[in-house]
Amino acid sequence: MKSSLKIRSAKSKAFEILIIVFAFLITVPLLAIIYFVLKTGISKISWNFLTNIPKPVGEIGGGIANALLGSILIVAVAAVIAVPFGILCGIYLSENKNSRIARWSRLAVDVLQGTPSIVIGIVIYFWIVKPSGTFSAISGSVALAIMMLPIVIRSTEETLKLIPATLHEAGFALGLPYHKVILRIIVPCGISGILSGVILSVARIAGETAPLLFTAFGNPYISANVLRPMQSLPLLIFNYATSPYDEWHDLAWGASLILLIWVLLLNIGTKLITSKWKIQL
Amino acid sequence: MIEESLVTQNIKPAKKIFSYKTIRFEGAFRRSLVIVALIIIAVVAGIFLTLSVQSIPSLKSLGIGYLWGRTWDPVSNEYGALPFLLGTLMTSFLALIISVPFSYAIAIYLGEYNTKGWLSGFLKNIVELVAAVPSVIYGFWALVIIVPMVRSIEIKIGAAPYGVGIFTASVVLAIMIIPYAASLGRELIRLVPGSLKEGAYALGATRYEVLKNVTLPYTKSGLFAGLLLSLGRALGETMAVTMVIGNTSMMPDSIFSPGNTMASVIANEFTEAAHTVYLSALIELALVLFIVTVIINMIGKSIIKRFSAE
Repeated sequence: MKSSLKIRSAKSKAFEILIIVFAFLITVPLLAIIYFVLKTGISKISWNFLTNIPKPVGEIGGGIANALLGSILIVAVAAVIAVPFGILCGIYLSENKNSRIARWSRLAVDVLQGTPSIVIGIVIYFWIVKPSGTFSAISGSVALAIMMLPIVIRSTEETLKLIPATLHEAGFALGLPYHKVILRIIVPCGISGILSGVILSVARIAGETAPLLFTAFGNPYISANVLRPMQSLPLLIFNYATSPYDEWHDLAWGASLILLIWVLLLNIGTKLITSKWKIQL
Repeated sequence: MIEESLVTQNIKPAKKIFSYKTIRFEGAFRRSLVIVALIIIAVVAGIFLTLSVQSIPSLKSLGIGYLWGRTWDPVSNEYGALPFLLGTLMTSFLALIISVPFSYAIAIYLGEYNTKGWLSGFLKNIVELVAAVPSVIYGFWALVIIVPMVRSIEIKIGAAPYGVGIFTASVVLAIMIIPYAASLGRELIRLVPGSLKEGAYALGATRYEVLKNVTLPYTKSGLFAGLLLSLGRALGETMAVTMVIGNTSMMPDSIFSPGNTMASVIANEFTEAAHTVYLSALIELALVLFIVTVIINMIGKSIIKRFSAE
């Protein structure tokens, strides 16, 4: 009897150790990636790296200024499109919980969330690139905006649902019109949750490559014209990493480091906001 | 903000609050909310319609047999999607199998063994960061680190030493999808009623026995849904896979052979597809991919909804 109890508790202990070992193995690839990107990327980064455009193969040096500028522009335009749209849609969904439109658009948001990013790239190719006759940064922004929407909408909806109905009623009792109750009372109360959703969505799309392949397309020169093709960091990494040239690999490593820092900082920023305001996303 | 608005409203005479302008603005605001919600529906319907319309040429000239044709040779106008369907299924399921022990271990550790404290907070943040790393960076890293490792394994077991291939892609995919099943599993394991576990402990069960006989059976359907969501994620993942799978359109004959998935063949060949049927064949692949991921996601989400409602 006693020995069987020992066996059982030993089994339990062994299982616990097994679980702990497997659980913490996830840190290995993450640390390996961060370490490797840091180690190879840090030596490539200099002022010239950030302000020059890539040089032709065979020449030493060159930088990623075109991709850096392009990435910032494409993501900024995507945010300008997706944020107001997503917040308004989130407001609608939290205000009208059971209307038929709300049920269908909630389903649509679910579908969008699961849609592979390459599919969105193809669709935007047919919506914008083909009719306009040229690859363009703006089409890339629209593709990224569609990928941002589900996150912004969901975080807005979930945050606003938590705000007590008494606040609505108090606003209406004072004779405020509907839009003022929403925009001046409800949205400011939930602004931290909405904001963290926005930052998280920017972090998600900053590293997206697949939707840009057939839209922003890439460009070896600096361009700030959103109606023309534009380079972006993930595109540059993809193109140069799969090329056979060492100089281009160096550029890709430096770009990877910058992209990784950018994305991780945004994620940590979201963490800080959510932990300060105790919201669940 | 609230106080300020109340003060200004109090000072203003009542007449001004209910001016026609205000009323008109209120109506416009309500309408724009509805319009935005409708646009979201229209976008999703538009995605489906665009893909369907654009794949009509391929459906017409290749028929439904396209999906199980074994050769893909655009030069001689021969299209068969089976190599890509097989490549997608092999990479996704292999990645799922590799990821399960890790994602469930994380879910069990964070949901059952160590729910609070800095160590579990640390692990939780690590898992979130794993989900945050862009897929091109995974691909690049895998190209430099995992590919040589797989090549040396292949040399040891006597397979053709490509390095790139379905197995390599699965390993990278496995790392990328661990966070999805893990964080969902953790939340579901926490939903198990404490009284059930306490009952089992009171009967003298060890921690392992409680886990095996109470917690896991209780969360079975939810954990399955987590698997479905990671599978949906793995099916659509493009960049990392494209970089390490080897990109050939041959039928894969083992897990070490190079291949192509649906997403990677689209990424590689879409901008080169010169004539209508070729392009349309690629879009039909995207349509299949879209429908499959949507169905898998919907099933997963409905299981979770039912689970949390209970």
